[in-house]
Amino acid sequence: MASTRSLILFLLIQLCFSVLPLSFAQSPATGSTEGYTIYGRVKIPSVGTKEYILPGKISNVKVILNGGQRVTFLRPDGYFSFHNVPAGTHLIEVAAIGYFFSPVRVDVSARHHGKIQAALTENRRGLSEFVLEPLRDEQYYEVREPFSIMSVVKSPMGLMVGFMLIVVFLMPKLMENMDPEEMRRAQEEMRNQGVPSLASLLPGAARSN
Amino acid sequence: MAMAIRVFLLLLFFLSSTNIGFSLFEDQVGLMDWHQQYIGKVKHALFHTQKTGRKRVLVSTEESVVASLDLRHGEIFWRHVLGTNDVVDGLDIALGKYVITLSSDGSILRAWNLPDGQMVWETSLQGSKTSKSILYISKNPKADKDDLILVFGKGSLHAVSGIDGEVLWRKDFAGESIEVSHIIQSTDKIYAAGFVGSSKFYVYGLNADTGKLLKDDHTILPCDTFGELLSVSGDKFVVLDKMRSKILTINIKNGEISYKQKLISDLIKDSSGQAVILPSRLPELFALRIDSHVLTIKVTNEDDLVLVDKINNAAAVSDALSISEGQHSFAFIQHEGSNIHLFVKDVNDWNGDLLKESIIIDHQRGNIEKIFINNYVRTDRSYGFRALMVMEDHSLLLVQQGEIVWTREDGLASVVDVTTSELPVEKEGVSVAKVEQNLFEWLKGHVLKLKGTLMIASPEDVVAIQALRLRSSEKSKMTRDHNGFRKLLIVLTRAGKVFALHTGDGRVVWSILLHTLRKTEVCEHPVGLNIYQWQVPHHHALDENPSILVVGRCGPSLAAPAALSFIDAYTGKELNSLRLAHTIAQVIPLPYTDSTEQRLHLIIDIDRHAYLYPRTPEAIGILQREFSNVYWYSVEADNGIVRGHALKSNCIHKIVDEYCFDFRDLWSIVFPSESEKIIATVTRKSNEVVHTQAKVMTDYDVMYKYVSNNILFVANAAPKATGEIGTATPEEAWLVIYIIDTVTGRILHRMTHHGCQGPVHAVFSENWVVYHYFNLRAHRYEISVIEVYDQSRADNKDVWKFVLGKHNLTSPISSYYRPEVTTKSQSYFFTHSVKAIEVTLTSKGITSKQLLIGTIGDQVLALDKRFLDPRRTLNPSQAEKEEGIIPLTDSLPIISQSYITHSLKVEGLRGIVTVPAKLESTSLVFAYGVDLFLTQIAPSRTYDSLTEDFSYALLLLTIVALVAAIFVTWVLSERKDLQEKWK
Repeated sequence: MASTRSLILFLLIQLCFSVLPLSFAQSPATGSTEGYTIYGRVKIPSVGTKEYILPGKISNVKVILNGGQRVTFLRPDGYFSFHNVPAGTHLIEVAAIGYFFSPVRVDVSARHHGKIQAALTENRRGLSEFVLEPLRDEQYYEVREPFSIMSVVKSPMGLMVGFMLIVVFLMPKLMENMDPEEMRRAQEEMRNQGVPSLASLLPGAARSN
Repeated sequence: MAMAIRVFLLLLFFLSSTNIGFSLFEDQVGLMDWHQQYIGKVKHALFHTQKTGRKRVLVSTEESVVASLDLRHGEIFWRHVLGTNDVVDGLDIALGKYVITLSSDGSILRAWNLPDGQMVWETSLQGSKTSKSILYISKNPKADKDDLILVFGKGSLHAVSGIDGEVLWRKDFAGESIEVSHIIQSTDKIYAAGFVGSSKFYVYGLNADTGKLLKDDHTILPCDTFGELLSVSGDKFVVLDKMRSKILTINIKNGEISYKQKLISDLIKDSSGQAVILPSRLPELFALRIDSHVLTIKVTNEDDLVLVDKINNAAAVSDALSISEGQHSFAFIQHEGSNIHLFVKDVNDWNGDLLKESIIIDHQRGNIEKIFINNYVRTDRSYGFRALMVMEDHSLLLVQQGEIVWTREDGLASVVDVTTSELPVEKEGVSVAKVEQNLFEWLKGHVLKLKGTLMIASPEDVVAIQALRLRSSEKSKMTRDHNGFRKLLIVLTRAGKVFALHTGDGRVVWSILLHTLRKTEVCEHPVGLNIYQWQVPHHHALDENPSILVVGRCGPSLAAPAALSFIDAYTGKELNSLRLAHTIAQVIPLPYTDSTEQRLHLIIDIDRHAYLYPRTPEAIGILQREFSNVYWYSVEADNGIVRGHALKSNCIHKIVDEYCFDFRDLWSIVFPSESEKIIATVTRKSNEVVHTQAKVMTDYDVMYKYVSNNILFVANAAPKATGEIGTATPEEAWLVIYIIDTVTGRILHRMTHHGCQGPVHAVFSENWVVYHYFNLRAHRYEISVIEVYDQSRADNKDVWKFVLGKHNLTSPISSYYRPEVTTKSQSYFFTHSVKAIEVTLTSKGITSKQLLIGTIGDQVLALDKRFLDPRRTLNPSQAEKEEGIIPLTDSLPIISQSYITHSLKVEGLRGIVTVPAKLESTSLVFAYGVDLFLTQIAPSRTYDSLTEDFSYALLLLTIVALVAAIFVTWVLSERKDLQEKWK
């Protein structure tokens, strides 16, 4: 019963991931029967123009099994290993500042002497080789726009000055295009109503009127 | 016109402010945040000073940290935080370039490159049984040959090559049931010595190259032994007998075991206390502690014991240090009042001191627990010594030439609990000169900043700007500020020390080593439990200083005697301390304060009594008034029971104690133990403020939030699925979620997640709970949200009912009414494992919330609550989009700019604390682990204040330009007016 169930489960997993059967990095543990060894490699492309991680400087990368059950570090060549891992389905995460890694689902098969199948959980992509690469770089800071005239103009102060300029220089132009008769009538009206003009708002306006 | 400008300006300002905030520019690092790196209490230390170049000390600590420190300044060269159950047992240097660590009970051996900390190799050592682990590196005299690393762990002896970590041979001792305690190497033979049981002493001789067993020998000692076997020299050991009255000397010269015994009373008269052999490795000598004395005893060639010296008040003895051929020295410390004396003596020449220094160390650091010494050659060719001391408060000191060269406050690596305190109010009366000075400085600063924004600043100016920003004298002042950014963070550490850190720059304002939490004969393993705000004066008790309550206990068991300490939050002085006659199971801060603003606390003991603190008649009076309104709950995770309690009456004791109360059980929920096990409980924070009671839906429908302080979230897992990921199959795992009213014990909501397992991290806020767990079927982490709405008030949305007064809003809300609640929930995938989860708190609760998620990579991610809104749908309608509902996605986005820790790591992250600032938009976030990190975040951006970056100079310039323009236009318009009139 148990074996059929596990078989069904196995098939289910196969179906779920609908990827080709994978076979790699398998290693039955030597001597001990309690667990298997997971070998893998983390590859960080050095082409990226990263400031925080120098290319090849991987001493601060951690590889984490099952949410913190075990933590290991990378060798200079990027390889890592977990020993004495029982058969079952596990989760491996890579913590590296500056890079986004997808967690990896790792199936360690007891029936096939520790044969390992791995798939990224983020995009359900199976791995034919146990090489983990970052899905993307992580940029923690906003990039400051270089100085441009537009940024000053767009700033509230710039817009204020711009608005002012429009009012000062464009409005009279608009006024000029108006019919002088109509204009005079409008001005007459305004004076009669006593609507304060711009001039009357200013100090000394009373004198000028 | 002016009006128009004002409106326009306001509009523009709002527009422009949308681009500010949320994420950080790289040059803003350190403006509002600080980050401190620690290592924890040092267990092993090795000096590496032989070579020219950088002098360093390598340490491993109780926080599972391996680090290399600069010997000149105490800074960290490199550091690795190992996994929490990967405890480092051994540390050594091999080949002069690799640091070797043995961890995980002797099963993982790693080599780290000495200069940069890169891991070179890692070897897993197999073995069948658990045993103590020993790391021994044979220093090969021939430099060209490989160093052989001998490791005893997991019941077997391994020989490992130092170059690549290859296991050369392995000898299993599991069958012999020997507890190997020493490995001795002579030219080509290796001896493993240890006990079988406590009186059979075995020695195995092995071939160093092949591991072949050459011979074994054993002898039965005349009595049982006590404690550890100590190696005195290559082939001599000492150990105490069971009664601790005799010293046994064992010699294994030439593979022949012989022993001698001697009574301690023969060595020293009138000693009464229990003797302990100190683990310091000294050639031909060993140190024995009786009472407060340390005896140094020499083992002669004939295995006789000779008392060399008796040191009074000795605190710590170092290992021996080989300073030249055949010359060994060691150091010990003697306490004398606040002074300590450091002695360095030659092992063979006892009469003279190589060094005698007296140092004054702050008594808040406590006693010296460990000392490591290192020598250097002075200019006059004599030997100088430096000593690295580990103090009782876990701090690390380097002493050289009678001076403390540097100190590291490594107690802060093990923060247990955090609270905050306000700073004192600024005294009035600031001198005019100061203001003028400040004004000038202020203007200069802003001109510089303007230069910066206009990109006309020279490189020197840029440096000056950055320095100005970082210094920002305002933020580290010792007074309360208008925005409430400046506070004291009061942290309790595992060492029993309380620190007050300034939120502006993270410096230690005061620190106190609590004597109630110090190790004494009565209290062997004191633990600090929690820290509470005891007195928060505002309004009528402003002249009082705020104070803090620290709760501690002697030992981890609930039945251990407990102690309370009260500390002044401004000065750091202990106001009072109490050794309690009762135990502490639970401390409940009540929402009542007395006339001096002291908060009432109930302490529940294990014998089902509740004790009221402070013990004043006034407090009794307040409690009597609110007697029937005090409810609390307790969780028995092992039995799967949640109980609700209320006060009943005064205790029926032989001694009358009016501050003691009996309580009764109101309700209990017993979870079926065969299918459910409690793995997490979380409740709302008592200081959380909820601003809006209702939520307006897109269709102008109103939903009332079910906001209650007495609400508890319980997560239960299937008993088979309580372990780590990979131990359970989806079929046998499930997670059952409960939301319980803690006054009535009513289950408001129950939900089952099939195929899911813990660990569950949850946070409860307002009317919603967010929790993180693992979905075994998808093999991904999930975060779910549950929002609870009150249905009984749902009818109140008709305006006419309000007009006619027919609403039921004014009817008192009581937990005894049967609540009609509805819940909405939704689940999303989340990429990372989570270590802690928290939510932002603001002073009025108006600002929208962000979840703070401490990820497995020791970063803190801020995630908008809008992403966890159960109303998210795949295709939101136009109205929903306008409201800001995000289209549903199966996983939560991880936007790297919203990591509030930006490119830093809070190594060993354990907890996140949020504290509201006075400014509504902002809250302070403190993340602690091995490192400490504090920052300010504004979940809805700083809508109520200008940002740091705001350029006042540009504003001034604009105003000047505008005024000039006004005058120009005035002149122009006057001229035009004149022309009009002449027409």
